Amino acid sequence: MIMPRTLTRVGLVVSLLGGLAALAAILVVALLGLRNTAWFEPPNAGGPPTLRLLTAEQYRNSVWDAFGEDIDLSGAYFPTLPRKAGLVALGATEVSMTPGALDVFQRTAADVAGQVVDAAHREAILPCRPRAADRSDPACAAAIMSRAGRLLFRRPLSQDELSLFTGVANAAAQSRGDFYQGVAYALSGMMTSPKFLYVAETTEPDPDRPGRARLDAYSKASRLSLFLWNASPDGALLAAAESGELHKPDGVKRQVERMLASPRAQDGVRAFFSDLLRLQDFEGVTKDSEIYPAFTPAASETMHEQALRLILDHLMVRQEDYRKLFTTNRTFVNRALGAIYRAPVPVDAASDQWLPYTADPENQAGLLTSVSFLTSHSHPGRSSPTLRGKAIREIFLCQRVPDPPPTVDFSKFEDLSGKLTARSRLEAHRKDSACAGCHKLTDPIGLAFENYDGAAQFRTKENGEVIDTSDEFDGRRFKGVAQVGRFMADHPALTPCLTRRLFAYGVGRDPGAGERAWLDWTGRRFKADGGRFPSLLRDVATSKAFFAVQAPAAGAISSTRATED
Amino acid sequence: MSKFPDRRMVLRGTLGGGAITVGVPFLECFLNAGGTALANGRPIPTRFGTWFWGLGTNKEHSTPLKVGAGYDLRGELKPLAAVQKHINYFSGYASDTDGRPNFVHHSGVGLLRCGRAPSDSKALPSETIDVTIADLIGGASRFRSMEMTATGDRSHSYSARGPSAVNPPEASAVGLYKRVFGPEFQDPNSPTFTPNPELMLRQSVLSAVREDSKRLEQRLGAADRARMDEYYTSVRAAEKRLALMLQKPPPAQACFHPVQPRAVPDGTNWDLVGERHKAMTDILVAALACNQTRVFNMIYSWSGSNTTKQGLSTNHHTLTHEEPKNAEGYQTLHAWFVERAMEAWAYFVARLASVREGDGTLLDHTLVYAHSEHDTAQSHSLDGIPMMTAGRAGGRIRTGLHVSGADKPASQVGLTLMRAMGSSAVGWGHGSMKTTQVVGEILA
Repeated sequence: MIMPRTLTRVGLVVSLLGGLAALAAILVVALLGLRNTAWFEPPNAGGPPTLRLLTAEQYRNSVWDAFGEDIDLSGAYFPTLPRKAGLVALGATEVSMTPGALDVFQRTAADVAGQVVDAAHREAILPCRPRAADRSDPACAAAIMSRAGRLLFRRPLSQDELSLFTGVANAAAQSRGDFYQGVAYALSGMMTSPKFLYVAETTEPDPDRPGRARLDAYSKASRLSLFLWNASPDGALLAAAESGELHKPDGVKRQVERMLASPRAQDGVRAFFSDLLRLQDFEGVTKDSEIYPAFTPAASETMHEQALRLILDHLMVRQEDYRKLFTTNRTFVNRALGAIYRAPVPVDAASDQWLPYTADPENQAGLLTSVSFLTSHSHPGRSSPTLRGKAIREIFLCQRVPDPPPTVDFSKFEDLSGKLTARSRLEAHRKDSACAGCHKLTDPIGLAFENYDGAAQFRTKENGEVIDTSDEFDGRRFKGVAQVGRFMADHPALTPCLTRRLFAYGVGRDPGAGERAWLDWTGRRFKADGGRFPSLLRDVATSKAFFAVQAPAAGAISSTRATED
Repeated sequence: MSKFPDRRMVLRGTLGGGAITVGVPFLECFLNAGGTALANGRPIPTRFGTWFWGLGTNKEHSTPLKVGAGYDLRGELKPLAAVQKHINYFSGYASDTDGRPNFVHHSGVGLLRCGRAPSDSKALPSETIDVTIADLIGGASRFRSMEMTATGDRSHSYSARGPSAVNPPEASAVGLYKRVFGPEFQDPNSPTFTPNPELMLRQSVLSAVREDSKRLEQRLGAADRARMDEYYTSVRAAEKRLALMLQKPPPAQACFHPVQPRAVPDGTNWDLVGERHKAMTDILVAALACNQTRVFNMIYSWSGSNTTKQGLSTNHHTLTHEEPKNAEGYQTLHAWFVERAMEAWAYFVARLASVREGDGTLLDHTLVYAHSEHDTAQSHSLDGIPMMTAGRAGGRIRTGLHVSGADKPASQVGLTLMRAMGSSAVGWGHGSMKTTQVVGEILA
């Protein structure tokens, strides 16, 4: 009788084990599934460490962090950085120094150093006073170099570096008979050094993954601060690097939370969107004043600020969905832009004062109907559906619109007599098969914006003819700009594009194939989270992918460098 | 490696002594590559520069019909009448991209300045001709080269060491003035010379920084190491410049101090562009006469020029696409813009010719290479992009000729200029732009 009981027991055990195994299997499957969905960050191959030239704003912010915002940099014009994959942040990792560019940096460095030690600033900026102002004071010089060096080089100075710069300060002080001049020479040297001008990321062996590399803690700190603040690391972030905190996930989280909570996060968001929107390329946009009298130089100077204010208010203050940035009818106007909106701005408003403004929702597509966007992507005396459509696809959807072929037969477009509206003028783009392929990508979306002329003023007619703003956007019929805004908001490429650009901006390079899974996953989280931009910033900054790195290859030369044919 | 003494040593040697003794030895940068032009006094230096305007010409309307001396100036070239004797015009030279795309308003620049077609719609493919020539002659003056753009846009420069190493331009005439004739300017004709101790200190700081940053390079990947080399090259150029400024400058008989120009407002309207160009030209001419630079690059308008004219709804570039041809077969408004460019070019040449220098003029000791990026802007054609030269390069170039290229590679012009400037290069250019032939007609 034992047998049956034993059998039963065995059966019980077997069925129990089977159940457990099944349960385990289900769990494993579920976890594997989750790995690709919500909870687990997919692995990211990472890329090479970068060597980035500071942008003009990063330079300014770094100088201000080291010496205070009293330092006047308004006369400094830095070399224009090229744009790669839509971002100047990527161009900064490829650009090389030229004698002319170094000359600019050198002059700026001397000017800044001169201001730091001048009578008006030295007391407030420098940590010590020399025993006598007419000769060197090695101890005080060392204190100054140590403090400035840590902020300028984004890490503590080595003993060699400290003695070098202190030595320069001492020697120059003796030579000129002036302690402060000595300090100025040494500081200008620091600011001419590639250790300041370039953010050089460095790697070290990763103790957690033998044989693999990781970014060293100071490189992590710089990556974070350039990303979130568009500046060099502050003292607290450098301290976190020094203590090893930045090698621990919790430590990174703490720093990211601190940085996001700071008002300086707005500088970071501004910098990212300025880069994304290519505002640098549209500085000083001018319009024909005979055709567009409302578009004054003051409007040109402040219109980008309007777009950035809208972005900051929407994404950071209200923490609203990024997608609604394309449908909102809220914005801000100042006196110069009020004229364009035909919005009465109170006469007692200061010329630099911004007032909230709610526009007619029927004619608004959020950021896309901002003065900056509409006028930048127009001609000097006329709108351009093609330029506007192209900008929308390239900037917000990460789609590439090919350049026109060099051999266009323009005789087809020459006879514009009787063609009163942009739609009729662009008809040839649709009829000619060589043009239609690309222009069907750009012109229809752009035609939705035709109620805004080349200087962003609302109109219903062009040359007396009523403007028709209906067309098709990726297979969906629309009428008017507000509907295009709504189509943009639920366009499947919108949030992935922002995710990709933001990540590229943060790591200083265009993501590779090994990063696609991570980007998809992050993009889905961003969407599921209601398109909240601060969460996306946090997700990117605290991800493993953000710091993932491969040790630099010693062999390969960048493919962008000229090689023999 | 370096022929320079350790600047820190020099510096240390001066400490406590009060007076600075300039112990900088005779440096190789005072000689050109051939060692023929000693800067100190005797032969007058030869200068090289480029002048660029965008969108070519209406060639049917403007290209001279007569070849050789006394060529006919018609259409948009009429403003050149007063300076024609100084100018060579090159028509009908071929520029081939060898199957690479014709990046509109860009490929032509690469073909004529680098002798090769760009493979990228933004960056220049390789070193530009002015940089090659600056390597030969640029070391002997305070500025290795001077880049200027009358467009007011700081991203407009066609002078580059390579695709990602562009020489930034001065975009404001006041900025240019201050840079050259500001407090650091040393009058070469001043009877006294006191070496500025500050310069020596700056030089020692630079060399200290360069030494210190060497370790940084060891930790970088190959591409970034190459970028760091560009940094070192730039620092060395700056050190050389400072070394030069510690020497008494050789007298420059033609030197004069220009007046500081007024600040030109921002904008792309043709009159603002013209004013900027004129003011920059005046400063440049003085800078050349005072031996502050031997190489320069002037942009009048950018390729695909965005110059505007009050009352027109589009800029010059868009006009070239949209304006119907008139009864005579050319674009009237396009021609109007090109005429403004040619007036500016005529002013530039006349201004160089107005300065007496030695037994001739400053222009006689200069060679300017002027060109555009397309031959016909509307069709983005690269066949026969208009090129000109002005000046005799110290007697090495004959002027006043129209040379018809008969489809020979345009790089022949570039090679000829390089040779006239003392280069011993056998050939220049790549692919079908590669040439070893020079334009014999213009070599004296």
